[in-house]
Amino acid sequence: MELLKKMKTTKEAKPVANKIKIGHVHLSGCTGDLVSIADNYLGFIKILDDYADLVYGLTLVDVRHIPEMDVALVEGSVCIEDRESVEEIRETRKKSKMVVALGSCACYGNITRFCRGGQHNQPQHESFLPIGDLIDVDVYIPGCPPSPELIRNVTIMAYLLLQGNEDQKVLADKYLKPLMALAKRGTTGSFGDLMYDVINQGLCIACGICAASCPVRAITLEFGKPQGQRDLCIKCGSCYGACPRSFFNFDVIPEFEAISELIADVLK
Amino acid sequence: MVSDPYLGKYMTCVSARSTDKEILKKAQDGGIATTLMVYALEQGIIDGAIVAGEGDRPWQPRPFVAMSRKDILKAQGAKYNISPQISWLKEATRSFGLDRVGVTGVCCQMQAVRKAQLYPINMRDVPDKIALAVGLFCMVNFPYDSIQALVEDHANQSLSSVKKMEIGKGKFWVHTERGNVATVPLKDTHKYEQPGCHVCLDYVSNLGDISTGSVGSPDGWSTVFIRTKVGNDIWSKAIDADLFETKPIEEVKPGLELVTKLAKEKIDKNRKTLEERRNFGVNKALRDPYA
Repeated sequence: MELLKKMKTTKEAKPVANKIKIGHVHLSGCTGDLVSIADNYLGFIKILDDYADLVYGLTLVDVRHIPEMDVALVEGSVCIEDRESVEEIRETRKKSKMVVALGSCACYGNITRFCRGGQHNQPQHESFLPIGDLIDVDVYIPGCPPSPELIRNVTIMAYLLLQGNEDQKVLADKYLKPLMALAKRGTTGSFGDLMYDVINQGLCIACGICAASCPVRAITLEFGKPQGQRDLCIKCGSCYGACPRSFFNFDVIPEFEAISELIADVLK
Repeated sequence: MVSDPYLGKYMTCVSARSTDKEILKKAQDGGIATTLMVYALEQGIIDGAIVAGEGDRPWQPRPFVAMSRKDILKAQGAKYNISPQISWLKEATRSFGLDRVGVTGVCCQMQAVRKAQLYPINMRDVPDKIALAVGLFCMVNFPYDSIQALVEDHANQSLSSVKKMEIGKGKFWVHTERGNVATVPLKDTHKYEQPGCHVCLDYVSNLGDISTGSVGSPDGWSTVFIRTKVGNDIWSKAIDADLFETKPIEEVKPGLELVTKLAKEKIDKNRKTLEERRNFGVNKALRDPYA
C-alpha cells in the first residue's frame, strides 16, 4: 500500500500537453522489432518525454488490455489458430487511429510464413498471417528487423501528422504516403516482388541496394543485376522496399537535407 | 541556393581541375571525385569510400570499399558499365567498421543512398554514417557485355588494350595504350543501353553533396555543383587547401548552357518513355516507377 501511494504521488504531475498515445502490440514475432525501437536509445526517451506516451507494450507497460491509442505499432504476424491473437489484432484496429505494421512479420509474414506447426506446447499452431490479411493497415515499416531510424522517423511523422501545424501536417502526410502505399499494395513481399515489379519491367539500374538491404544475403549480383536465391529468401520484402524503383518519393527525398535536420532538431 | 528544374538545387557551380599531378594523369576529366575522396579520407572526414574498383575482366568495375589513397586512385576514370556500388552500403559500416562512409556514384545510386537515409529499410545505423556523397553526371549506363560489343565489335579494339573511354561530341571514343583512337557514333550505342536508365529523371546527380562531370567545361576540366551544406563545407576546405584550380562557370565554354541542354534532352526523353509506359498497349501497361 505504501508503495502504491508513493507511486501515485511520483506520477508525472504535469503531463506535457498534446502528446500522442502510442502502443506496441506484440504478436508472433521474435521481439527484434521491439529491440529496434529501444535501439533509438536517447532518441526514444526523448520521444517519450516530449511527443508520445507509451500506453501499451509488453515488458514496458503494465496494462493488460489494449487501450485507446493514436498509433499502434504492431510487431509479428497473427497465428489464426490462436483466438486470442485474432481478437487482439481486431481490437487493436478498433481502438487505434493509425495501425502501423512494424517489421516484416507484420507486413509480409516474413519468417513466420515458414512455420509448419510442431512447437511445444501448441503443435497445432501452424498458420501465421501478416496483420494486413485480417485488418486494414495504414502504414508499413518493412525490415527484419526494421531499422531504429525508420521507426523513429515514422513516429515523429505520426506526431506531426496528428499534432503538428499545417505545414508539418503536409510534410508528414507526404513522408508517410509511400509507406501507406506499401500497406495498400499487398501482404506478400519477397525477392519475387523485386523480380516482377522492377527487374522484369526493365526498371533495374543495378545500384545494388537490394543486396545491401537483404538481411540473409540471398541476393547476389549477376551481370550487375540482382539475382535472388529463393531457398534463402525469408520473404521480408526489404529489397523491394529499399529499391529506388519500387517507390521514389519526389515530394520528400530531394529535401533529404532539410528533413534530416528537422528530425535531428526534434530529437535535440 | 539555385533551384533549376533540370540541374536541381545547388549553392554554387564552378569549373574546376585538380592540382594533384598524379591524379590528373589518369583522371577522366578534372579529377574532382578522386581528389575530393582522397582529401576527405586524409582529413578524417570519411573513414573509407565505396568506389568502382577494378573487376575481374578488363574495364569491368567492381564495387569496392577503398580505405587508402592508393585504393581510391585505382578506381579512377569512367568505365561506362555497371558497378552496383550501393550493394556495399550497409556492409561498409559492418564488415569494414566505417563510421563515416564516402560514396561515389551516378544519379540513380545517389537516389538509392538518399532514399536509404530517409526511408532506411533494413539499413540500421546507415543513415547518419553517410559523410560524403559525390555524384557523377550520367546520361546512360551499359551492361558489361554491351561495352565489350561496342569496343570490340564496333570500335574494333581489344578491351585489354584500351587506355581510356569517353563519350563526347556525339561520339563514343576509345583510346588505346598505343595511341590509336577509334570512335563509334552515339546513335549506334543506343541499342546497347541499360533499359532501366530510360526512366531516370536526373542527369547531374541532383542528390549528391557535390556532383561533377565533364559536360560544360573545357577539356581536362570538370563542371562541379556544390549542393548541400556538407558538400559546401568540404569543398571550401579543399579550396583553402589548394586542391583545385577553379574558374567561374560563366567564363568557360561551353558552360551551363550545354549542361542544361543535355539534362533537358535526357529528362524530357525519359518523361516521354514514362508516358509511353503508361499507355503501353500489350494487355497490361508497363510500370511507371514514380506513380
